[in-house]
Amino acid sequence: MIRVELPAHLRTLAHVGKEVQVEVAGPVTQRSVLDAIEARYPMLQGTIRDHVTQLRRPFLRFFVCGEDWTHHSPDTPMPDAIVNGSEPVLIVGAIAGG
Amino acid sequence: MSGVRVLVGTHKGAFILTSDGKREKWDVSGPLFTGWEVYHMKGSPVDPNRLFASQCSGWFGQVIQRSDDGGKTWTQPGTPAGEPTAAPGGMPKGESNKFVYDSSADSGKPLTTHQWYDGSQHPWEFKRVWHLEPSPRDANTVYAGVEDAALFRSTDGGKSWHELSGLRGHGTGPKWQPGAGGMCLHSILIDPGNPNRIFIAISAAGAFRTDDGGKTWKPINKGLYSQYIPDPRAEVGHCVHHIAHHSSRPGTLFMQKHWDVMRSDDAGDTWHEVSGNLPTDFGFVIDVHAHEPETVYVVPIKSDGEHFPPEGKLRVYRSRSGGNEWEALTEGLPQRDCYVNVLRDAMAVDSLDKCGVYFGTTGGQVYASADAGDSWSPIVRDLPAVLSVEVQTLP
Repeated sequence: MIRVELPAHLRTLAHVGKEVQVEVAGPVTQRSVLDAIEARYPMLQGTIRDHVTQLRRPFLRFFVCGEDWTHHSPDTPMPDAIVNGSEPVLIVGAIAGG
Repeated sequence: MSGVRVLVGTHKGAFILTSDGKREKWDVSGPLFTGWEVYHMKGSPVDPNRLFASQCSGWFGQVIQRSDDGGKTWTQPGTPAGEPTAAPGGMPKGESNKFVYDSSADSGKPLTTHQWYDGSQHPWEFKRVWHLEPSPRDANTVYAGVEDAALFRSTDGGKSWHELSGLRGHGTGPKWQPGAGGMCLHSILIDPGNPNRIFIAISAAGAFRTDDGGKTWKPINKGLYSQYIPDPRAEVGHCVHHIAHHSSRPGTLFMQKHWDVMRSDDAGDTWHEVSGNLPTDFGFVIDVHAHEPETVYVVPIKSDGEHFPPEGKLRVYRSRSGGNEWEALTEGLPQRDCYVNVLRDAMAVDSLDKCGVYFGTTGGQVYASADAGDSWSPIVRDLPAVLSVEVQTLP
C-alpha cells in the first residue's frame, strides 16, 4: 500500500484523516499514485490536478523522502521507501495568501 | 409561522442566518466550508430544502456542494468514495467540480478565444463558479455562471455539468474581455413564465438573452454607453455589474453597469439610463422589491478607482418610480467613516409583507431591513468579506 498525506482542506473534502493508503497497480509514480487517489476518492478529482490538462494545480507541491518532487516527470519511478510503504508521499499546499 | 433563511457566501466560508417572520432575532450558523471562498449559495424555488453552494480556492479549485435538508448537511453531488468513477462502458462519470468547455465537434479545438488584457487573443480557462441559479421548475436542474465567462447546466442535481456553448459560439466571443475581477458570468435571470427565456450578464461583455432554452443567444446591449471602450456603443464589451428583474414583469430589466444605472422595458432589446439624482451611478448591486415592480434598490459606490461609499456614508438608494428619482435610505446604516464595498451578488429581498431587504459588505456586515429599506440593522458585524447574499422566504 502506498501512503499519502493530504493537505487539511482535502482531508475535509474526502472525509479522511491526515494519511490515506491506496493500492497502485504497476510502477509507482506521481501519476499512478494520483490516479489511485482520484479513483478511490473521486471528490478529489480536479483539486490536485486540473481535470483537463492533468497538470498540478499551481499552489500544490509534492515531496518524496525529503525531496521536492514537484517538478519531476510524473512518470519517474518513486523510491523503494515509498513503494514498500515505509515513507508517505506528501502533498503540500503552499503557505501563501490569507 | 413564516420565516427567512439568509444564505451568505464569504471570502472564508459560508453562513446561514435564520429568523422568524418578524426578522428581529437571528440565529447565525457557520462557518460552512471553512477557509474556502464561497462565491454563491442559492436555494431551489421548487424544494426550499435543496441548496447549492459554490466553494472554491486558489489552492484546490472549484467544488460544488449540495444540501437537501436546508443547509444542515452538505455533500458533493458526485460519485461516493470507493465507488467506480467510470460507467460500465468505461466513460468517466461526471463529478460535481468538473466544468469542461465545449470544443469544436469538427476539429476538437477550442470553440473560440477572448481578448486578453494586452489586446491579444487568449483561450478560455475555467477558474470558478460565480453564480448558481436553480431552475424555477425542476429541483434537479441548476445553472452555473462561471469564470472564464460561460454558462453551464446540470440536470442531475449538480453531479455533472454541460456547457450551453451557443453563448460563446454566437460569434462575439473574441471581443469579450476580463474586467478587474476576471471575465465572469455573474447574473442569470430565468423568465418564470417562459423557461426558454434566460438573461445573463458578463463582465466585460454585456447582457445576452436566449429565447430557445440556451441554444442560441443574442447580445442585448443597445443603449449602453461605456466611455472606457474604443466604441462606447459597441454591441459587446460593456462591463455590466449586475442585472435584476421582478418575476411579474420579467421583460423589465434593471442594470447596474460599471457606471450608469439602466432600464429596459423590452427584454433588453433597448436600454435607457435611469441614474437620475444618484450621488454617483457607479456600483455593483441592484435589486427589485418583492411586491412592487417599480421599486428598485442600489448602493452607490464612489468610483471605479475608489470602491467605497461616497463621503464614507453607507446609503442604500431606493426608487419607487422605476429609476431616475432616488431617495437615500440611511436609518441604521453608518453615516461616517464607512469605507466598505457591496459586491454584485450581495443584495437580496424576501417576499414577506413588508418586503425584507438584505445586503452584505466587504467589511463583514450583513444588514437587514424588515420595512422595505426604511430602517436597517446589522444581523452580524464581523464576518469575513461578504461575497454574496441570497434569501429564502420559508412557509
